[in-house]
Amino acid sequence: MDYFAQQLINGLVLGSIYGLIAIGYTMVYGIVGMINFAHGDIFMIGGFIALITFLILISLGLTAIPVILLVVLLVSMAITALYGWTIERIAYRPLRHSFRLAPMLSAIGMSFVLTNYSQVAQGARVKPIPPFITGGYTLHESADGFVIQLSNIQIMVVITTIVLLAIFTWLVSRTRLGRDMRACEQDQTMAALLGVNVDRTISMTFVIGAALAAVAGLMYLLYYGLVDFFMGFVAGIKAFTAAVLGGIGSLPGAMLGGLAIGLIETFWSAYFSVEYKDVAAFSILIVVLIFMPTGLLGRPEVEKV
Amino acid sequence: MTATPHETKNASRTAGIPFLLKTAFINAAIALVLFSLMVGIRTEAGSDGQLTYWARFGDLASLVAAVFGGSIVIELLRQWIGPTGTEKLVPASVQSSMSFVGRYLAPALLIFTLLVPVIFYNQRYILDLAILVLTYVMLGWGLNVVVGLAGLLDLGYVAFYAVGAYSYGLLATNFGLSFWVCLPLAGILAAFWGVLLGFPVLRLRGDYLAIVTLAFGEIIRLVIINWQDLTGGPNGVSGIPRPSFFGIPLDNSDDGLAAKLGIEYSPTHRIVFLFYLILALALLTNWVTIRLRRLPIGRAWEALREDEVACRALGINTTTTKLTAFATGAMFGGFAGAFFATRQGFISPESFTFQESALVLAIVVLGGMGSQLGVALAALAMIGGFELFRSLETYRMLVFGMAMVLIMIWRPRGLIGHRAPTVYLTKAQTISSDLVKEGHG
Repeated sequence: MDYFAQQLINGLVLGSIYGLIAIGYTMVYGIVGMINFAHGDIFMIGGFIALITFLILISLGLTAIPVILLVVLLVSMAITALYGWTIERIAYRPLRHSFRLAPMLSAIGMSFVLTNYSQVAQGARVKPIPPFITGGYTLHESADGFVIQLSNIQIMVVITTIVLLAIFTWLVSRTRLGRDMRACEQDQTMAALLGVNVDRTISMTFVIGAALAAVAGLMYLLYYGLVDFFMGFVAGIKAFTAAVLGGIGSLPGAMLGGLAIGLIETFWSAYFSVEYKDVAAFSILIVVLIFMPTGLLGRPEVEKV
Repeated sequence: MTATPHETKNASRTAGIPFLLKTAFINAAIALVLFSLMVGIRTEAGSDGQLTYWARFGDLASLVAAVFGGSIVIELLRQWIGPTGTEKLVPASVQSSMSFVGRYLAPALLIFTLLVPVIFYNQRYILDLAILVLTYVMLGWGLNVVVGLAGLLDLGYVAFYAVGAYSYGLLATNFGLSFWVCLPLAGILAAFWGVLLGFPVLRLRGDYLAIVTLAFGEIIRLVIINWQDLTGGPNGVSGIPRPSFFGIPLDNSDDGLAAKLGIEYSPTHRIVFLFYLILALALLTNWVTIRLRRLPIGRAWEALREDEVACRALGINTTTTKLTAFATGAMFGGFAGAFFATRQGFISPESFTFQESALVLAIVVLGGMGSQLGVALAALAMIGGFELFRSLETYRMLVFGMAMVLIMIWRPRGLIGHRAPTVYLTKAQTISSDLVKEGHG
């Protein structure tokens, strides 16, 4: 039971990270109707920028951890968001009215570009950082000595995710930008006729998605203590699985799907085999799409002739 | 006369140097922010696990300068050449010569390919490269059945390549079966996996289909890596027997082919044999595809590609249509895989990554999706291009990714479009995306 509780905590933390990435997929799919294949790599870039900012700040002599974290968070969100904006501008916008496959292939190309760009720029080796946030709480200690740990970093990941989700939900449901985004999702032509700047709204969607992915990258860096240039691929597919599981286009669905994938992966590793955890995640993607193509919270898509 | 869009674009051409500089400055500023940390600072883990970093402001500055200069050049080009897709009046003579070239290019290429081992007999490097190109031509033609004809976007094609390679590798090393027995088996097994994948994805639309096939490809690779008892895991399968000339080995022994023919043995014989083997396999793929296209099933594939709903309304069984497309494409992938295994003599999961799938898909798309000749030329260009960039090693995939994006922007329908006219008589017409729904399967 204790082991189960510990895995539940681990799974929820991992799921929060997946959920943050999945929101980017689901938003872009909702508005532009394309799978932003490069989104996993944006997450990876976010992790790298966070790592480099950390290094610089520490060598500048800063010691206050909250200040460091805040600066790293803001810098990595800002620069990664600019990456998202640039990619949309270069690789996707010219193809918006092209045939269906074109943006997807362009996105695959962009994903290669980003992966190899960071390999060329930062080297192929794994980059570890020393643990920044240490300590934690012992929740329960059983008779046979098994301890349920809740570390500070886990608390931080979950709280950050909740805060960001709150801000994001407010953004989408209450602000002008959110209204524009929902309008573009329903009908771009009509939205444009009513004075919504469609181009800018789509750009902002990519910017917000990339910023959230950057947060996920930072969380990943803090939680696992390392980044490497190839981590975006698998994380990207899993986050996409999460988005599909939750119902693509649905924002709460993305978070729910992320948590589900995180839990499934953790429990699979804990009770079955670590080697096949990715196989489990990918199999779930296939099974969900067969039996529940609209996901948990998605709307059924009507095919029109 | 009212201002047509064409004229307004003319007007914007007059935008002068201030505009040019402003754009370039903005782009350079964006580039500065983008590259500031990723390029300007280089991190590396030291031997004790401690991260160190050093600044590379020189690289950063040159990159930003390159973006500044590049955006000026691009902007100038855009102003001089004008908007893309303007009127192109093609003289009749050029047109007829183009159709002439089009008609005779394929036979000429085929004859040249047949003669390659004769011309380059002593150049092992060129022969090896030619075999590699032909392998990708075959893979491209195989995937073309799924993507180009049936319009089902398959991002996991490498899975079938892997199934074919491992089928032959394992059957040959464990049971001593010969290449010629294993080749059809590899094809059948791959086709079986194709159907197995096809069943669940029958109801999926384009992008979902793409992701599921991608997941499938990854699952196959992960299983190969982790099922160490059977596949040898990351170490792969080694000692895969070389192919024989229908039972006669191609080696230096007394009953080898060279001894039987009474000629002096040379290791090049095997290379030449492999060359003609893959050429035959590729031509088989091509021939079957061309024949299938004229059969009802081929027509059904193309109808499915154009519009699935209409297809169903006309009474075409979309289930069997999709499954046959998957199975046929997978079978050719399996053949190519078996050939790959026998050529290399060694296979490992590293050969079957997503990059391979993307490369084959890029070949098909670049070739114009559905055009057999286009796919062959695209494979030649892609693999040849890869070889050219071999010295750049780490930059190779970077260039490949950029090329993929640029080709999509420049010519989303491929270099040799089969379905879109390549030459316009009057005005370039963009075909509405509503009319063409590839991958809408």
